[in-house]
Amino acid sequence: MTTVEELYANAPVAAANARGKPLRKIRPRKGWIGVDVREMWRFRDLLWSLVIRDIKLRYKQTALGVSWVVLQPLVAAGIFSFVFGKLASMPVDKTTDGRPIPYFLFSFASLVGWQLFANSVNKISGILVGNSAMVSKVYFPRLMLPISGTIGCAADALVAFAMLVVMQLWQGIGFGPQAFLIPFMALPFVAISLGIGMWSSALCVQYRDVGVILPVALQFLMYASPVAYTANVVDKYPLIHYLYYLNPMAALLGAWRWSVLSTPFPPMWAFCYAMIMSFLALLAGTMVFRRMERTFADVI
Amino acid sequence: MSFSDPAISVRGLGKNYTIVHKQHKHSTLAETMLHAMRRPFKRMEQETFWALKDVSFDVPRGEVVGIIGKNGAGKSTLLKILSQIAEPTEGEIDLYGQVGSLLEVGTGFHPELTGRENVFLNGAILGMRRRDIQRQFDAIVDFAGVEKFLDTPVKRYSSGMYVRLAFAVAAHLNPEILIVDEVLAVGDAEFQKKCLGKMQDVSQGQGRTVLFVSHNMAAVRQLCTQAIYLKSGRIVKQGATEEVLDLYNATRERAYVTREANEHGLSFVDLEMRDTVTGARTEAPVFNRDYIMIAHVRVKRPLTHAALNLRIFDDLNNKVTSICSVEEGLGPITMEGDVRIRYRFSKMGLYPGRYAVNLEVDRPNDPTRYLQIEDALVFEVQPAIIHDAMWAYEKAHGVGRMVEEVTLLEGDRRESGDEALLRSA
Repeated sequence: MTTVEELYANAPVAAANARGKPLRKIRPRKGWIGVDVREMWRFRDLLWSLVIRDIKLRYKQTALGVSWVVLQPLVAAGIFSFVFGKLASMPVDKTTDGRPIPYFLFSFASLVGWQLFANSVNKISGILVGNSAMVSKVYFPRLMLPISGTIGCAADALVAFAMLVVMQLWQGIGFGPQAFLIPFMALPFVAISLGIGMWSSALCVQYRDVGVILPVALQFLMYASPVAYTANVVDKYPLIHYLYYLNPMAALLGAWRWSVLSTPFPPMWAFCYAMIMSFLALLAGTMVFRRMERTFADVI
Repeated sequence: MSFSDPAISVRGLGKNYTIVHKQHKHSTLAETMLHAMRRPFKRMEQETFWALKDVSFDVPRGEVVGIIGKNGAGKSTLLKILSQIAEPTEGEIDLYGQVGSLLEVGTGFHPELTGRENVFLNGAILGMRRRDIQRQFDAIVDFAGVEKFLDTPVKRYSSGMYVRLAFAVAAHLNPEILIVDEVLAVGDAEFQKKCLGKMQDVSQGQGRTVLFVSHNMAAVRQLCTQAIYLKSGRIVKQGATEEVLDLYNATRERAYVTREANEHGLSFVDLEMRDTVTGARTEAPVFNRDYIMIAHVRVKRPLTHAALNLRIFDDLNNKVTSICSVEEGLGPITMEGDVRIRYRFSKMGLYPGRYAVNLEVDRPNDPTRYLQIEDALVFEVQPAIIHDAMWAYEKAHGVGRMVEEVTLLEGDRRESGDEALLRSA
């Protein structure tokens, strides 16, 4: 049998960093844990692979393929136009210089923002359970999964947004100078959905109910948010007005439409509150996720 | 052996799981909340189960260490903790090198993606950089032998091709410390040999450290320079492979088996071996004598179309034989209440040595194992002289005797065997 010394003789790898400090220490951890950015950077290729996998898989064996990315919000906006625009005659905003906006364009613009939020939350919340084999058999920074989900949904939103630009120019609405702030106004949707998504995905590992409740809650939240109508409808009632803006999506959608469609900006206090809330959601979601991730492999 | 230059150092490692008792087990939020509201001050009755406790060992660089032990001994838990998939409850681990672990072949493989796409995806999941995969791509494909099917979705692969490709990716992982769990249980014999060869290359040629769990004792013997024997979450012995394997085989005994019904409503009652003549229960049958075995299981709800199979393993965990009720012309049967099946061995044909019997209840064409008891019976065949022969069969002769009688037809010049022996001496 080969002796240890002989093994060393032809062991360039071992010789290179033999002796010295351990490369990695494993200790039981307690309490809150920060985000290990260096470790995530080491796994950056995994993030890319996960995003590509999801994009490739989503439309495999579908007849219409990638066009679903555009068709989904188009169909939803079409239904909204008929139900809320035609039948219920819900009011929509005009541009700040008084030009009317067709209902279809208004609801499509809202839906691009809303679906970025809602699709991400839905997707991220199930992402741990959906990849349980990976979670229980392979080591990688767990945060990679929710982040890959967000990137996938952001890519979808980008395609839908391109469609929105085409429609908007075709309708002759055009863009104001605030169009430069469009990326900035999209950011809180990503932050808040990632925050809520991470929280619920971590909960989902233990309690699968979360995955059932969430779509219902999102549906409810959509009607409580100014997606299919303008937020002006609540302005007449001061108390309800304040309650209404407790939902951060109200001001975020208003600000989003302001940057895209040049509609009036939502109340400044509501906007600031919503921005703070979305980044708090991101922070809280990350913390809960990191705290719970050490038992994922045991429970899932 | 030098411990001054370890690749892995483990001190006082422990991992516990909390088992909530069945009547209070909540898998939905509502149940948990309801329970909390009903008895706000009463803590849930729970029990702590230590899957690993006080585990300390060092693995010197360049060694191949086999981890052996029965199912539930904590082998997989240990590998999961070393791979950073699960977190320890207590203790310290220092790893002196990049760890790559392979706990399952083909994790993250997606049936809809092509072979090429899966190589990159699986490589990334195992922690490889994209350019490393690109560099080794040809070697991976070559090892797996799937060149022609690279752009075919893997759902169209045969299961053999699938496993070959998956192992090929992992085999090119090239970490300094490789952790491998029972991956050799898949694939055909030739491919298993190829995998063993690859792992030997990895450890000897490239001086990497390998930690290896397997039920295949022959593989452990062939590959490993050291072994660790785990039992109920504790280390029984660490040392040279032969010594540890000998101890493992010597202490291998009838499993402590729970009499509680499992989730399918089945429970194991007994598997006994009796001398056909005296009727006495034994675990030391004598070669070439007559024995019966009686399997006894209990079924809560009737199980239709069921079969009960015994699998006999030798001390290297090679499967010696299976005794399948259906193939023997019994059933499939509808099991109800107490089920007892008798097996008559007209002559104990297994050569002297230790054997373990696994008991399984399944249904033809149904992959579910309704009951699976490892080491339901362990027995040691005692040597015996037959036909007034000079010597008895022993362990080294193989696993079993097939022949009924050996008769000389013509051509012996000797008057008797004794004289021939004297002449040769």
